[in-house]
Amino acid sequence: MRIVKIFSVVAVLLVLATVAVAEGGQVLLNAAGATFPYPIYSKWFDQYHHAHSNVQINYQSIGSGGGIRQLLDKTVDFGASDGPMSDEQLKTATVPILHFPTVLGAAIPSYNVAGVKGDLNFTPEALAGIFLGKVTKWNDPAIASANPGVKLPGDDIVVVHRSDGSGTSYIWTDYLSKVSPEWQQKVGKATSVNWPVGLGGKGNEGVSALIQQTPGSLGYIELIYAIQNHLPYGKVKNSSGAFVKADLASVSEAAAAASKSMPDDFRVSITNPEGKGAYPIASFTWLLIPAKFTDTAKRDIVKDFLKWMMTDGQNSCEALSYAKLPKEVVAKEMKAISKIE
Amino acid sequence: MATTPNAATPADFAWSPRALLRRLRSADEIAHLITLIAAATLLLITVLLVYQLWILSAEARTKFGWSFFVTRTWDPVAGQFGALPFIYGTLVTSAVALVLAVPLGVGGAIFLAELAPPKLSSSLTFVSDLLAAVPSVIYGLLGVFLLVPIMRTTVQPALKRSLGFLPLFQGPAYGIGFLTAGIVLAIMIVPFVLSVSREVLLAVARDQREAALALGATKWESTWKVVVPAARIGIFGSVFLALARALGETMAVTMVIGNNPRISASLFSPGYSIAAVLANEFSEATGNLYLSALIELGLVLFLLTFVLNGLARLLILVTTKRGSGVLPT
Repeated sequence: MRIVKIFSVVAVLLVLATVAVAEGGQVLLNAAGATFPYPIYSKWFDQYHHAHSNVQINYQSIGSGGGIRQLLDKTVDFGASDGPMSDEQLKTATVPILHFPTVLGAAIPSYNVAGVKGDLNFTPEALAGIFLGKVTKWNDPAIASANPGVKLPGDDIVVVHRSDGSGTSYIWTDYLSKVSPEWQQKVGKATSVNWPVGLGGKGNEGVSALIQQTPGSLGYIELIYAIQNHLPYGKVKNSSGAFVKADLASVSEAAAAASKSMPDDFRVSITNPEGKGAYPIASFTWLLIPAKFTDTAKRDIVKDFLKWMMTDGQNSCEALSYAKLPKEVVAKEMKAISKIE
Repeated sequence: MATTPNAATPADFAWSPRALLRRLRSADEIAHLITLIAAATLLLITVLLVYQLWILSAEARTKFGWSFFVTRTWDPVAGQFGALPFIYGTLVTSAVALVLAVPLGVGGAIFLAELAPPKLSSSLTFVSDLLAAVPSVIYGLLGVFLLVPIMRTTVQPALKRSLGFLPLFQGPAYGIGFLTAGIVLAIMIVPFVLSVSREVLLAVARDQREAALALGATKWESTWKVVVPAARIGIFGSVFLALARALGETMAVTMVIGNNPRISASLFSPGYSIAAVLANEFSEATGNLYLSALIELGLVLFLLTFVLNGLARLLILVTTKRGSGVLPT
């Protein structure tokens, strides 16, 4: 009985405390969505909280799909997603939803081939062929012709892909859809697809564990994970014909190249862009912001946060291995902020 | 006829509030009520669960109907969903797990309950209970980093050499797949079989053992021919508990099964289980049909558990006719 009493007293105090805080000009914003940008988002929300002690932004990295659902159900103030919302999803929203690119992500081909030390070159045709299950040996001409001087074994290729729905899979399949009509028609692009071949690993860590353990394997991994864990990975041929190794600069360049044709709603795929130094398998990740807020205090904070995120906030990107937004995109987004009412 | 409170008929007694209060005051009725509420809550949770799964899976159920159970395609892009590869994977991994875990668990339980010195028995039981408390993700990680390389380099080639004529042990050895998932599951469920079976064996009446020994049976004969049959139903119970756990296991399975919705006779082949695909795809599932298909998979898993449990009970019924066990489940 006593314990129950203590509990109820504590509960009442907690409720009173939250009410008091809320009355003291505190604003709590709830957001949910993509897991890939979670490290930078939590850093941003923390930095923003330090600069504006009355604002607390609570972000739950439950996955892009969950973020979109919660936004449509209005259980969060804004969402986040690694893939843009589809037209049908936007139609079901009661309030128009705006996309704001925040940072860039990329997927890289990682492999484990006996006797190969340096970076392998991959053409779009080779990658599509391997993931379609048509190129099955490492010494296939599709791979060998792009790697003169490298002695490739005749081992079977073991394809490894993500088993969990993920933005990384979205980028990878979006790229394959663009470079291979057959992939586009047979498989398509999504956070989870019906993979023609291969083993599924859970998360970047699952895929990289499978690659390290399985001789002859090839899989795709999120760039940041590969950089932070010093995983070796290959170069990919871009639309200008150059073999480019993914890094923060080449990923930002892909975004800059694509920004010329950026639509006003920012729902754009930047895989396989033009530009000599652009890495072709990259994508934005987006914040999903309702165009109308009933709570003006929340609206003003969201607008201020977006401005801050695109200016000061971008400086935190590289320390966490995220590629920054190119300045053309920032300029365009700054204008779009005024659409939030 | 004058009715006084003292002369109330049983029916009056139950319905008059004052009488009800009096009945409640006695501890029996309160205990009855509390335990009834506990049991009813359990039933309510189950009913609510099924109801929710049923409602939320409406879109997929109307679109695919019964073909959901026999379709092999799982294509989120094209909106084609079928449960067959996942049902297959769930059943195969659970079957492998049971084949490995039941002899190990029951054998261990017989040793601990009947043959081992009491000190050794209690400490080994403690160790086995510890195993049951290890989080499943730990088993999954051990599976990926320890078991998978051993399977690929040693176990699978050896099986191929010795039993390769069976379709079960053919095809490329990736290290991950049905067999590895089944082995990890077996390790996870052995403690359940062992703990419960041991308790059941210990609960067999002392008289029965003594009677067997008095008739001239050896220690092993009394154990195998008297004690184990007497505890049979309880041992079955432990196996069903373990099976339920194997059917629903998520994390450890998804880490070693290969996550490929494929139906293959080979145990070396990568596959997929219902629980694993739910864990993998639920958080990123967009689109109502996709989501409701995943929820229908949850319903299928529930149904699968239900059917297997029913079959198990039938098995008990059939075997019990030939002799009576001491412990009902």
